[in-house]
Amino acid sequence: MAQMTMIQAITDAMRTELKNDENVLVFGEDVGQNGGVFRATEGLQDEFGEDRVFDTPLAESGIGGLSIGLALEGYRPVPEIQFFGFVYEVMDSISGQMSRMRYRSGGSHTNPITIRSPFGGGVHTPELHADSLEGLIAQQPGIKVVIPSTPYDAKGLLIQSIRDNDPVLFLEHMKLYRSFRGEVPEEEYTLELGKADIKREGKDVTLIAYGAMVHASLKAAEELEKDGIEAEVIDLRTVSPIDIDTIIESVEKTNRVVVVQEAQRQAGVAANIVAEIQERAILHLEAPVLRVTAPDTVYAFSEAEEVWLPNHKDIVEKVNTVINF
Amino acid sequence: MKYVLESVESQFEMFQILNEDGKIVNKDDMPDLSDEDLKELMRRMVYTRILDQRSIALNRQGRLGFYAPTAGQEASQLGSQFALEQDDFILPGYRDVPQLIWQGLPLYQAFLFSRGHYHGNQMPENVRALSPQIIIGAQYVQAAGVALGMKKRGKKTVAITYTGDGGTSQGDFYEGINFAGAYQAPAIFIVQNNRFAISVPVEKQTNAKTLAQKAVAAGIEGIQVDGMDILAVYAVTKDARNRAVNGEGPTLIETMTYRYGPHTMAGDDPTRYRTDDQDSEWEKKDPLVRFRKFLEGKKLWSEEEENKVIEEAKDDIKKAIKETDAYPKQKVTDLMENMFEELPSNLQEQMEEYKEKESK
Repeated sequence: MAQMTMIQAITDAMRTELKNDENVLVFGEDVGQNGGVFRATEGLQDEFGEDRVFDTPLAESGIGGLSIGLALEGYRPVPEIQFFGFVYEVMDSISGQMSRMRYRSGGSHTNPITIRSPFGGGVHTPELHADSLEGLIAQQPGIKVVIPSTPYDAKGLLIQSIRDNDPVLFLEHMKLYRSFRGEVPEEEYTLELGKADIKREGKDVTLIAYGAMVHASLKAAEELEKDGIEAEVIDLRTVSPIDIDTIIESVEKTNRVVVVQEAQRQAGVAANIVAEIQERAILHLEAPVLRVTAPDTVYAFSEAEEVWLPNHKDIVEKVNTVINF
Repeated sequence: MKYVLESVESQFEMFQILNEDGKIVNKDDMPDLSDEDLKELMRRMVYTRILDQRSIALNRQGRLGFYAPTAGQEASQLGSQFALEQDDFILPGYRDVPQLIWQGLPLYQAFLFSRGHYHGNQMPENVRALSPQIIIGAQYVQAAGVALGMKKRGKKTVAITYTGDGGTSQGDFYEGINFAGAYQAPAIFIVQNNRFAISVPVEKQTNAKTLAQKAVAAGIEGIQVDGMDILAVYAVTKDARNRAVNGEGPTLIETMTYRYGPHTMAGDDPTRYRTDDQDSEWEKKDPLVRFRKFLEGKKLWSEEEENKVIEEAKDDIKKAIKETDAYPKQKVTDLMENMFEELPSNLQEQMEEYKEKESK
């Protein structure tokens, strides 16, 4: 097994599918010769040629429309939106068009598109580069939203996303791109979409998270262990659809839950999970389900970023509240 | 069937007044500028070049945040700004901080903008401008709106907006020039064609030979200008402004220029997508070099004067960065206060929580 960063695992997944399927196309702003602004497509144009891996003109809405058109012609597009804060430019293509293609054509056309995009805070980007906007797309029926937290998950989930016959939004947290390495098999493998992963087992409280917040939760779990609290950490891996079974099974065991998201509090993925839990397992709960989130402001780019972003201390505090309820 | 692409494209020629050797090649269009004005243009270019060098250094020391280098584009940025009046409205792109500074944004606020501090976005009362736009092209449609508003109020002012060659691929670009054309609104649309949208060369951006010709489809005037020639940029912007306030509609101006540095200071490596030959070819066209030659020929500029400007700039920057450091750090509660006129209930609750967090 190789030791890879998450970005290397992502490149590896694209390389794997470019090799496996001649219909896979990788494109976007600066993804060709430059290898992407984060180097996620490094070397792919050299290896597969400009026919398969290419730069587009600078227009996110253009990239969205192009993807839909190429999919109608039988291709399997893997477009990159350079930063997910630019999604507003391509919202119609995602929510108004590709997510409805199967429905709108009565299943005679599909849009097997995987949109890759970096997002997430903590790396001092300017405005509209770091925002956690997964909730916008999670609210749209017809598209899946996948967010890996480790190199291993990234490779398996991305390969599966590309093979999926419906649109997938694959969000890559910038802070995780190069912050650590993990073991990644060199051969191909897939991980099922819509399936959560228990990153740490515990019996006293369940922490539910995704993306960078999985790591904040694991760090919180280590702290809690010192106080004799065994936290179970569930990595959702897919925020639409949600793996309810894994969540409920854990809740029935621990009876206490804290849901963690980097996004703002209002109308988020965490709120949806809280609702699902109370509908299905309220009699198993010993305390209200609490959330750790960012406040309801725009992203605090650069200054104040560290206070704005939820961290392991916030999680420990909420866990103590549900434990002592 | 008659196709016109070739004949239309071939009519777009680059407008120039001062050639690379600092010689006037187009006497008829020489703008009416006093010797003092000419010296002021040089002063501003020298000052701005120093500001760029210092900003890059400060960024590397971690004392500035987001920064998009400006060297090479001084004539495009400052020549067009010099043609404005104080009541005109500027809608800049992320590289267009110098225009704001010369319109009156204090240096320390430009530095605060770089650090992501909201006070960097608060324009002084006499500066009618938005802070630099991050989304490529969004400012183009908004410029049409500002200009239409000016027209409705019968003002003799213009809205001026800036994007790059990459920005002309965005839908917002076409919508902006088309709306302004439809309303014959007093807008000036500047495209600083610095040849690369991060790494993608303009030849891959579009099949159009010039970006100025995109004006034709919108039914507005378009002109390509030597963006390394400050007199030419000033002259076309001044003319566009005159026509705009006379009710003759918007103009699209493509300035042919080059960014010497990386796209931004956040890890872009230009050696991945352009050659040293390209760089040195453009450095020969440098706006400061040619204008210095021109002024020296007129005995209006000396090494001594240039050194004075350099020292003045360094001094100002030193003071400004001190002022920046001394300014109260941005807090999450500041952001909360800037979301709505009145705090909604969710933010009232969160305000208490974050006041406590930030007092620790």
